[in-house]
Amino acid sequence: MPTQTLTNTLIGAEKVSRQYQLGEAIIHAVNEVSLEVRAGEFLALLGSSGSGKSTLLNLLAGLDRPTSGAIHVEGRDLAALDANELARYRRDTVGMVFQTFNLLPRMTLEENVELPLRLAEVDRAERSARVAEALERVRLGARRQHRPSELSGGEQQRGALARALVNRPRILFADEPTGNLDSVTGEQILLLLREIQDSLGMTIIMVTHERPLAERFANRIAVLSDGRLVDQFALSTGAVV
Amino acid sequence: MTARDLAELAARNLREAILRNSLTTLGVAVGVASLVAMLSLGVGLQALASDRLTKSGLFDAVFVTSRRDFRGPGGDGPPRKSSAPPEKFKPLDEDARQQFAALPNVVDVYPQIRFLTDVRYQGNSHSTNVLGVPESSRSASAFDAITGKYFSSPAAEEAILQQDFAKELSPQPASLVGKEITLRYAERRALSSDEIAKEKDIDAQLDAMMTGGISIVSREKKLRIAGVIESDPSAGFGGGRVFLPIRVAEQLHAAQANDVQDFVRGGGFGKPTYAALTIRVKNPKNVLQIEDAIKKLGFNAFSLLDASKTLRQVFIVFDMFLGLFASLALTVASLGIVNTLLMAILERRREIGVLKSLGATDGDVRSLFFAEAGAMGLFGGIFGVALGWLIGQALTWGTTIYLRRQDLPGVKISYVPWWLAASAIAFAVAVSLVAGLYPAGRAARLNPVDALRYE
Repeated sequence: MPTQTLTNTLIGAEKVSRQYQLGEAIIHAVNEVSLEVRAGEFLALLGSSGSGKSTLLNLLAGLDRPTSGAIHVEGRDLAALDANELARYRRDTVGMVFQTFNLLPRMTLEENVELPLRLAEVDRAERSARVAEALERVRLGARRQHRPSELSGGEQQRGALARALVNRPRILFADEPTGNLDSVTGEQILLLLREIQDSLGMTIIMVTHERPLAERFANRIAVLSDGRLVDQFALSTGAVV
Repeated sequence: MTARDLAELAARNLREAILRNSLTTLGVAVGVASLVAMLSLGVGLQALASDRLTKSGLFDAVFVTSRRDFRGPGGDGPPRKSSAPPEKFKPLDEDARQQFAALPNVVDVYPQIRFLTDVRYQGNSHSTNVLGVPESSRSASAFDAITGKYFSSPAAEEAILQQDFAKELSPQPASLVGKEITLRYAERRALSSDEIAKEKDIDAQLDAMMTGGISIVSREKKLRIAGVIESDPSAGFGGGRVFLPIRVAEQLHAAQANDVQDFVRGGGFGKPTYAALTIRVKNPKNVLQIEDAIKKLGFNAFSLLDASKTLRQVFIVFDMFLGLFASLALTVASLGIVNTLLMAILERRREIGVLKSLGATDGDVRSLFFAEAGAMGLFGGIFGVALGWLIGQALTWGTTIYLRRQDLPGVKISYVPWWLAASAIAFAVAVSLVAGLYPAGRAARLNPVDALRYE
């Protein structure tokens, strides 16, 4: 496989397709997309609504399985993983943030951030330090006892980011992370993402439909339209910070 | 996920929908309560019956009759199979009694002495049965609730009256204690040929010879009333309404029903025989061994150990029926759990998606729902056992009031032993887990992408 032989290739997608049956019709949400992501890069998946960018993200993040094609992450074929191994992949290798933040409303921020540690059976003594560290990184140390409803949109997204980082994953997937935020707050989130990329050497794959944001913060952009990868190019950006 | 994390998350989820989960748990509790109340009733009644029977002294006793008399104390049963040749009829007489008394582990051998008398009190005559009671009956439950005292000595010329009979004598039975009654009874006297010869009247001589040498003489005996009891110490076995120390009863030589049998069979000459002898053994464990020994000696032996086995079987069937009906309530309650958990899945669909996106396995999600179902079962079980116990207490209380009104002693009809409580709780948890099987499986199978998309 050519993608595997390249150094620094973290994720390699090869002719990945995902189809849905919708009544009589078959929807080709992702259609034979081949893509490489290098370790430490910030890739933006750009496309309009329904272009298949979120479906592709879910496939790469191990939330969904492709109908055909192969996805290799750190040399492992995701299709070969069973349900439990895929869950472990999501837990240990991957962190995810969503447009709607998806913090559990009944838990405090701290408890939300602790959830992945519970799932990973991290020692209790270690947990509070890890939670505190993650919250400090997103500058929410003072809000740890608050419930999501008591936080602003930006704070919630930062909380979600802390939760995604607490298990120290190597890849961060962000699905329209600024979609529910005003432009100023959105920019702050993206700045934070860049900061995390730089300080932790994290690989970030972000889905967005806002081209200017993608161009300002990402290292590379892959453009999707109607489920197909129509364009991809590197950017010389990165100095914006 | 560790068990502790699972428990914490489950507890949190249960607290979130506190009203709905409480109602579901209450449903389980009601189901368990009905189960516990019903079974405690079964257990209580069984304990009551066993206790009564044990205290009645019937379980450490072997009843012996002569092979000639095919009727055991149980009634007109078929002839008992015996290994001994049927022609070997041994009389149940004083020799046999000595023989039994010499057997190991035998505490006491006494005849069943029961005869009809006229009791005279304050010029009125009352016809009734007299029963001789052995000294070992002192500990019988019937004498627990005695008004007055038990016989002052094994040979005291005293009588204890059964309450119903005492009421015939006086409207205030308690006032009878210490008073004197006169027994009029028929004494059986074996006549020697000398005595027959001495009889002056030739007709009487002929009579005596014709009757095989028994004369029946009317006698009187004065006895002091030592006490009044509510129930029959022989638990209806033998039956009597006036009780005498067995030694006193024996000395009366009162004519008994078997005397007539002896006479009809032509065995009237010689030593008197007993209708039946009761052998009291040290321990109910010795009963079978003694029974065998007696049979080898050539007598019919019978014990109530067999009857108690039947009783236990009856109670097992009884308990099973009670349990079956009560289980219906628990089944309905388990449907409540299914319903509650399915609702929870609908409500928490997105949460399940988030958990899965964070790396929760299908097993984690399944365990979480299982833990919630199990917790509802556990709390419902504990609460239900308490509730069931209360219902049992209420039943006992109600029955006692009713019995007291009927002038009967109160009884504890409901009893919750620890094993019933423990197994009821375990059963509730098990039923709840089974109820959680389908919802938990469904939650575990949720596709995370679909679940996350759900609003």
